[in-house]
Amino acid sequence: MLVIGSGPIVIGQSAEFDYSGAQACRALREEGKEVVLVNSNPATIQTDYEMADRVYIEPLTCEVLEKIIEREEPDALLATVGGQTGLNLSMELCKKGILEKHNIAFLGTDAKSIEMAESREEFNMLMEKIGIPIMPGKVVKEFESAKGFVESIGYPVIIRPSFTLGGTGGGTAFNEKELGEFVESATRLSATGEALVEKSALGWGEFEYEVVRDADGNAVIICNMENIDPMGVHTGESIVVAPSQTLSDVDHQVLRNAALKIVHAVGIEGGCNVQFSMNQETGEFFVIEINPRLSRSSALASKATGYPIARVATKIALGKRLHEIKNAITGTSAAFEPALDYVITKIPRWPFDKFPQTSRVIGTQMKSTGEVMGIGRTFPESLNKAIRSLEIKIPKEIEPGEHLYPPTDLRLFALLEAFRRGSSVAELHEKTKINEWFLNRMGEMVELEGKIKEGLGKKVLLEAKRAGFSDEQIGALSGKSELEVRKLRKGFGIVAKYKTVDSCAGEFEAITPYYYSTYEDENEAGEMEGKKIIVIGSGPIRIGQGIEFDYCCSHAAFAIREMGYKSIMINNNPETVSTDFDSSDRLYFEPLTFEDVMNIVENENPEGVIVQLGGQTSIKLAGKLAEAGVRILGTSVDGIDLAEDRERFSKLMDKLGIPQPENGIALNDVEAFHVASRIGYPVVVRPSYVIAGRGMEIVRDDVELRKYIDEAVELSGEKPVLIDRYLDNAIECEVDAVSDGKKIFISGVMEHIEPAGVHSGDANIVIPSLRLSDEEEGTIIEYTKKIAKALGIVGLINIQYVVKKGTVYILEANPRASRTVPFVSKAIGVPLAKLAVKAMVGETLPEIKPVQNHYAVKSIVFPFLKLIGTDIKLGPEMRSTGETMGIGKSFEMAYYKALLAAGIDVDKGKRAAFLSFRDDDHPYVHELAPVLKKLGFKIYGTLGTVGPIENAIAISKIGRGYPSVVDMIESGRVNLVINTPRRGGSAHTDGFKMRKASIQQGIPCITNINTAFELLKALDTLDKKELDVRTVEEYAE
Amino acid sequence: MRAVLALKDGTVLHGAGFGAEGERTGELVFNTSMTGYQETLTDPSYGGQILLMTYPLIGNYGVNKEDNESDRIHAPGFVVRELSPDFQHRSAEGSVDSFLKKNGVPGICGVDTRFLVRRIRSKGVMPAIIATSTGKIDVEKLLSKLEGFDYSATDYVAEAGVNEPKIFGNGNPKKVALLDFGVKMGIVRELVKRGCEVHVLPAYSSTEDVKALEPDGIMLSNGPGDPAVVTGIHKTVKELAGFKPMFGVCLGHQVLAHAFGGNTFKLKFGHRGSNHPVLDLERNRVAITTQNHGFAVDKIPKGFELTHTHLNDGSIEGMRNKELEIFSVQYHPEASPGPHDSGYLFDEFVGLME
Repeated sequence: MLVIGSGPIVIGQSAEFDYSGAQACRALREEGKEVVLVNSNPATIQTDYEMADRVYIEPLTCEVLEKIIEREEPDALLATVGGQTGLNLSMELCKKGILEKHNIAFLGTDAKSIEMAESREEFNMLMEKIGIPIMPGKVVKEFESAKGFVESIGYPVIIRPSFTLGGTGGGTAFNEKELGEFVESATRLSATGEALVEKSALGWGEFEYEVVRDADGNAVIICNMENIDPMGVHTGESIVVAPSQTLSDVDHQVLRNAALKIVHAVGIEGGCNVQFSMNQETGEFFVIEINPRLSRSSALASKATGYPIARVATKIALGKRLHEIKNAITGTSAAFEPALDYVITKIPRWPFDKFPQTSRVIGTQMKSTGEVMGIGRTFPESLNKAIRSLEIKIPKEIEPGEHLYPPTDLRLFALLEAFRRGSSVAELHEKTKINEWFLNRMGEMVELEGKIKEGLGKKVLLEAKRAGFSDEQIGALSGKSELEVRKLRKGFGIVAKYKTVDSCAGEFEAITPYYYSTYEDENEAGEMEGKKIIVIGSGPIRIGQGIEFDYCCSHAAFAIREMGYKSIMINNNPETVSTDFDSSDRLYFEPLTFEDVMNIVENENPEGVIVQLGGQTSIKLAGKLAEAGVRILGTSVDGIDLAEDRERFSKLMDKLGIPQPENGIALNDVEAFHVASRIGYPVVVRPSYVIAGRGMEIVRDDVELRKYIDEAVELSGEKPVLIDRYLDNAIECEVDAVSDGKKIFISGVMEHIEPAGVHSGDANIVIPSLRLSDEEEGTIIEYTKKIAKALGIVGLINIQYVVKKGTVYILEANPRASRTVPFVSKAIGVPLAKLAVKAMVGETLPEIKPVQNHYAVKSIVFPFLKLIGTDIKLGPEMRSTGETMGIGKSFEMAYYKALLAAGIDVDKGKRAAFLSFRDDDHPYVHELAPVLKKLGFKIYGTLGTVGPIENAIAISKIGRGYPSVVDMIESGRVNLVINTPRRGGSAHTDGFKMRKASIQQGIPCITNINTAFELLKALDTLDKKELDVRTVEEYAE
Repeated sequence: MRAVLALKDGTVLHGAGFGAEGERTGELVFNTSMTGYQETLTDPSYGGQILLMTYPLIGNYGVNKEDNESDRIHAPGFVVRELSPDFQHRSAEGSVDSFLKKNGVPGICGVDTRFLVRRIRSKGVMPAIIATSTGKIDVEKLLSKLEGFDYSATDYVAEAGVNEPKIFGNGNPKKVALLDFGVKMGIVRELVKRGCEVHVLPAYSSTEDVKALEPDGIMLSNGPGDPAVVTGIHKTVKELAGFKPMFGVCLGHQVLAHAFGGNTFKLKFGHRGSNHPVLDLERNRVAITTQNHGFAVDKIPKGFELTHTHLNDGSIEGMRNKELEIFSVQYHPEASPGPHDSGYLFDEFVGLME
């Protein structure tokens, strides 16, 4: 059985496909099937060697898949568990006749049905045939036919590309100009060159139905969901509740019947998501679209109900009937419809804090990177729990008018603020079209805030807790501290109780240990036998804290069980493997705040809590938990603080005799300028306690420093600003290590391909290192041992170094799991996270001999396509969403594969490159041009860059004649752009426009000279040698 | 308004009262449907049963004129976790609160309904008393009132159905005599929709009364109560066998079992909800069904074969006597509320009348 994964995390395609893919692999093996898995994303449980018989971490392209098919000769392909990526690739394999040639069956929903579901025209024809209403719409390939159609139906219209994920390139047009723009982008980004123009149902309600159907036609609705944001906002961008709150049974059955009719007509065999729009004033409805595969919504529905959709869909794909499949939760059959006795609210997590240049308006295009889910017995309870799960700073001052319409990511908070300022439900409904029922609940929340302000009696406190208010929130409203409120309510006997998510509203005894908190009478999470360990998860996927941390947490749960302890997981991200109910002995689906975690600790009384693996989310709780008497496993809280407090750390390094880039600390602007002048520009500035380079910047003069200080001090509150010397043209590298307190295991040295200064999360990384001498590596190993010992590390540590002219400098040490743990674990074949957990619990590290007879490269993908207006040049602020891994016997092969997996494909068509370097990079053109020519590239460029190069064609600046740089890119005459941006720079430069154009055209744009050299080297190797594929285990041999 | 719910086992919960002020006794049962509270409240089969909804948010879309399954609320009390203070729906005409008031039914909210469900699940359905008052409520006194309560001792069928015959779908080509044990309007609607003139007859109509109508088919409706105690009806049904095609739903199905020498037993906590999977053995297909029954057939009478089983607990969900053209199901093919997966059974019934 060939299973295709979804590749790197991008906006619109996140951790949910590791969850569904991993569940599918397990289901296949349960049925005795041999599984061949292909995915380019190393930070997935799916690509662990335990998950499949043969694991390929290779780029997800048709060519690569064909090579794997030739080697493995699979009998069948499971196309529907790898998101849109997996589905599109499967369809491509099918259309090219590759499946037929190798006699490979298409499991589950067949290719014809998928085609029917995905092609708007065919789908609409089918809907007309079976009498399901659709919105007037037309598939177009160019502007003129779109215009003609819109003249007949009127504006506004929605334009969407066919065959894309997350609605890239779509939008709502209110006039001809906008129509032109959207039709152009949608047709370009569609896999088929088609776009759908539809009448807009702006303001109607939006509902989703998750259906599972077997080959006999038995079908069940797993869950229905209601978008709080009416039509006009992509469902992935909407706040969503399940089950629906405003549909009567009659409404619900109308949509249920329609959903079933559709899946029967399409011929779904497996899972399918059906989206409807309903005018709640009239009851009129139409189907928006269907997704004939597992999706983000199906992951949410699984977590919302406890029904494992991916597992059941996979078994259906193997030919089982619904009633022949067992419901793992209740022991009854999978042929039933879950009954909920709670409500869930999902809120997307947006990356606007990382991309200030991007518009915060949300619409038909996805911009969010992740999501959280809150479970409660009332809507306000689930909403408040979801809000605190987001871990965002809600702006203190918010002007409702700016966020209500068009909606921004802050609309929810703007609504609450509007109620505080006295707006009425009618008024806010008029502006937002949000159903009054939801608005009424928000109004009640604000009313309750008023009651809390008046005084904290038992009744009000209980009411507030039942509405999901946190102790911190209540404290802020009543002038008390979080701990005071906690003490007060406990005095009243108001403590959290835990209820089970059991898919049947308590009707049957459930064996799922899946809990959420509420404030009622009965606690179902009673005493559990055995010694218990709690793992604190990593919350929503966001830039800087991605699936890597969920990977580590899941491994922790597995390791804890291996050791004979009971594992308890706390997390709130519905997309992930860690929140699968069978990943741990107990799962608490809860916000990750001190209060929520502490409540669970008090309920469970565990041996200890693991805080090292959930990124900043978990580690930032360590201090407070320890203060409350909780045992933190592994590195002590003081050890953590010693590493994270820059001043203490700096002193420690001095003591250990480990060189650091010259540095200083400033509490105010005067001190900052003083330190900067002592060290000398350029300097790296950052607030203390950071994750993913938030607020980190390289500044080159007083003006830039001034600008930074104003922003950074606001960022870090009372905390100081750190200033380091920036080492130009140095090699950055890092290690991950595990220590049991005495022995230490070091992953080996990972080298950054980009020069120092690019955030490690955004750098291409190779292991083993290429340019370091044995002596330098030896120094790094020695320093790592010293630092781990000095910090008292028990568990994981990640240390970043810079090497310049034979000197190794330390940059920083993170006493926790890093982003590279899954990558390096797979590169050297050693499960670092598991080892770390065992060490934390007290086991001695075993003797480990890592095997690596190959090169492994980690590359990254960026969300720039979705976040229009953002510049793509890289710096110390992390901005990538996901990663890929390339493995090869040579560095060049590994690097090429990693880039290919990240979507950088320069082998399409005729080779032509466009060069535009910043002034100090100009000399490199003499080295780069011959390589390009040798590889058959035609060279274009700006006069300043390619002037001296023979046969190169200089192109005029934007606005000074045709074709300009942007014209060249947009017309597709070049297929590689190498542009090294000037420092600083604004959105008005040619460089910015050039980069933006290349992203929109899907042309690789390299912004760093080193990366360019390495890419060309890789291309050169590849031209001489064919791309080969192997399983991870074969590489290790 | 204050409210108390007291159970026979001594469990006492305090909450907020809504609906009518008063005191009512009944068997406490739970329903797992997430929508359709209005249809459920007005379902006559809930006669004598205090209804608890497991879905915690009730009243969001109000109540309207169209969705009533009978002319009044039959459940003597209503238990919910959270009652929506306002409602939002294009067809809504009032709130659940005012609807209960109008029907003289007390309600309690703000209680841990899931705890009650788990209690019933482990101990079985039990007598309970619900009291709402603006004054004080004497809990001891309430509990003492549960002493003599026996659900099976009451003939709820007599109260639930019509007293005089009623005709729906006047002039339609097929004539159906429906013995009303507490029929849901959904059943009548499904028949009328399929071209039937439905004569709704009192539960204790005689064989002669039915035959005198010269119907094309006989429908045995759903209804409240213990099927074993309505022996008079067993007799009538037996006498009507073979006269015309006969279709029984819920209590109608159980009555058929008794009439032909089969048996029923009381389930620990019943089947009540809209998500019950039933396997149709004749078609080998699964239907998601609406169910509302506290008793089940445990022995199929001679001459009948098993046609449907419940996928969760394997209980008997349907049977057929081919020779006598009688078939019946334990669940509610008329839905309302719930999935419309089983409408084909009405087609089959109408087909038999051809």
